[in-house]
Amino acid sequence: MNVIDTPIDTKIVARSDESSDIFTLTLQFTDTEKKDYAFQPGQFNMLYLFGVGEVPISILSNGVDNRLYAHTIRRVGRVTDGLSLLQVGDHVGLRGPFGRGWPLDLAQGKDVLVITGGLGCAPSVSIIYHILKHRADFGRLFILQGVKHSSDLIFKKQYEQWAALPNVQVALAADSSQPNWPGHTGLITELLDQINLDVNNTLCMMCGPEGMMRASVQRLTQMHFPEEAIYLSLERNMECAVGHCGHCQFGGDFICKEGPVFNYPQVKALLNKKGF
Amino acid sequence: MPYFLAYEQFNDLISALNALGYRCLGPQVQDGTIVFDDLTDAKQLPWGMRDAQKPGQYRLQKSELNESFAWANGPQAIKPLLFKPKESLWRVERDEEGAFTFKETLPEHKPIALIGARSCDLAGMAVQDKTLLKGQYGDQQYRWHREHLLVIAVNCSYSGGNCFCVSTKTGPKATSGYDLALTEIQNGFVVEVGSDKGRDLIDSLHCNEAEAAEIAAAAQRSIDAANMQTKRMPKDNSRALRDILMNNLDHPRWQEVAERCLSCGNCTAVCPTCFCHHQTEHPTVDGNGSVHAREWDSCFTQGHSYIHGQVVRDTTEKRYKQWLTHKLGTWWDQFDTSGCVGCGRCVTWCPVGIDLTEEMAAIAGESNVVVDKKEKDS
Repeated sequence: MNVIDTPIDTKIVARSDESSDIFTLTLQFTDTEKKDYAFQPGQFNMLYLFGVGEVPISILSNGVDNRLYAHTIRRVGRVTDGLSLLQVGDHVGLRGPFGRGWPLDLAQGKDVLVITGGLGCAPSVSIIYHILKHRADFGRLFILQGVKHSSDLIFKKQYEQWAALPNVQVALAADSSQPNWPGHTGLITELLDQINLDVNNTLCMMCGPEGMMRASVQRLTQMHFPEEAIYLSLERNMECAVGHCGHCQFGGDFICKEGPVFNYPQVKALLNKKGF
Repeated sequence: MPYFLAYEQFNDLISALNALGYRCLGPQVQDGTIVFDDLTDAKQLPWGMRDAQKPGQYRLQKSELNESFAWANGPQAIKPLLFKPKESLWRVERDEEGAFTFKETLPEHKPIALIGARSCDLAGMAVQDKTLLKGQYGDQQYRWHREHLLVIAVNCSYSGGNCFCVSTKTGPKATSGYDLALTEIQNGFVVEVGSDKGRDLIDSLHCNEAEAAEIAAAAQRSIDAANMQTKRMPKDNSRALRDILMNNLDHPRWQEVAERCLSCGNCTAVCPTCFCHHQTEHPTVDGNGSVHAREWDSCFTQGHSYIHGQVVRDTTEKRYKQWLTHKLGTWWDQFDTSGCVGCGRCVTWCPVGIDLTEEMAAIAGESNVVVDKKEKDS
């Protein structure tokens, strides 16, 4: 069955709350014989809530079992509200995978800098798992995550685990923080001064609010980090995921098809304009 | 070799199409305009009608010619037949354990024969083919309708006040995309064949071959229609408009046009190439099933650019800019063509008469008015 035009049935095999409004659903195809589904880190699925509709959600690999697909979701609208109420054993429709993922092949042999903000950390988890799985193919790994308030940080345990690994540096920033916050209080761009970047041998992958990504690019270019080595994941309204419904147009690109991951020079002009 | 189809034979054409299993649609006067509806008799055609079109205006008038296609166009192109205003995509059933079975829903109806499509409408269909058929992903519903459509084009012998297909090179004479193409002359039509299906159809009618004088009269009709056009798209609608638009995103004209634009979306509804749609859900009453459907959307709505709690295009200026830069500019990046086919519908059906050729002229600095040929020669 084609999983592009019509959804396929999946079952929730695990569910966890990451914060008061962010939760993770791990899905498994009910047709366990289904073997032709494969995704690249950075791609997304359309998840379908019965009787309500679909939403685009990035796929997190858990790094262990390729038959389980985790999706970390924020409760913001009708579909995601409904999804948040589902429990283990409930069913969800799935179409996918869609879009162009992270350029992990280009990162081989280089250091990797992952800069994320807010829930932007979710689409980047698959990068981290991929690198950890193929550790010898990559250089140092820098993981920078920024949140508005320190209490917004999710995946705390994973950050601690990654920070303990050799050749991995994790740096966290919160615009405002409560006591005992182990990270930096301030902007994520300030974290760039705390790490020892080799600007000529690093690939940067970024996902988060556009303001945060613009500021990060600006700081990186000040540090003479080449623009061509920056990739970012963009987001717009998406309803079809195949470049037909028109909602995710970003100039001449459909974010669902040509993106969501773009090389910075390709989207630079419009990223700095309002209304696209 | 072209044929001649006399007025008296028009009903034979309808009967032949019906005999082949087609539902026949043709132009007729309804609600003060010309629309495509079921055609069972040539009498239903808009005999003697002519449309006076201006920005924001459409008026049907009696013409002194007693011809059936002496008008330019109505609000519909072919689009509503292929990319339907509302259509089911798939349905889902939920069983007792809560598991889902999904099934694609394909249309089910008789094939359609459309009589009276214009050259610009065929150009619009070719653009939508690129969007919905020829890319990485095909659209199943569009493909189904496309495969069940026979097109009998009728070449224009008159251009409306908002027509500019000469400058967009999409008319007034149809060059491809039809099964048969008719040109109305005295007492009937010169018929050209565009496909095997069209060939079989015309063969079954036993028409005479057109005489040289009839062929010449038909050719003159297309020339006359072309010469009537007073409007043009700057830069002849070429790829050059893409860079002009994208390099002028801060042009003061955007603010100026936004003060006139009502952001109503009429332009996108009548446009033969606009393809935006949003998806809707229709659960069954018993709660065990649901139909997932789509309906036309417009980049002029707030919801079009909604994303988790915010609207990317929150002002009319941003929305008009998105529409025009896409239609005439970034469409080239996506589909290697302009999104405009010169039909002028968005100009006619705009309640405040915004003319995209005029807006483009203001930004490109090149006139949208055709220089009179005599004036140019002198």
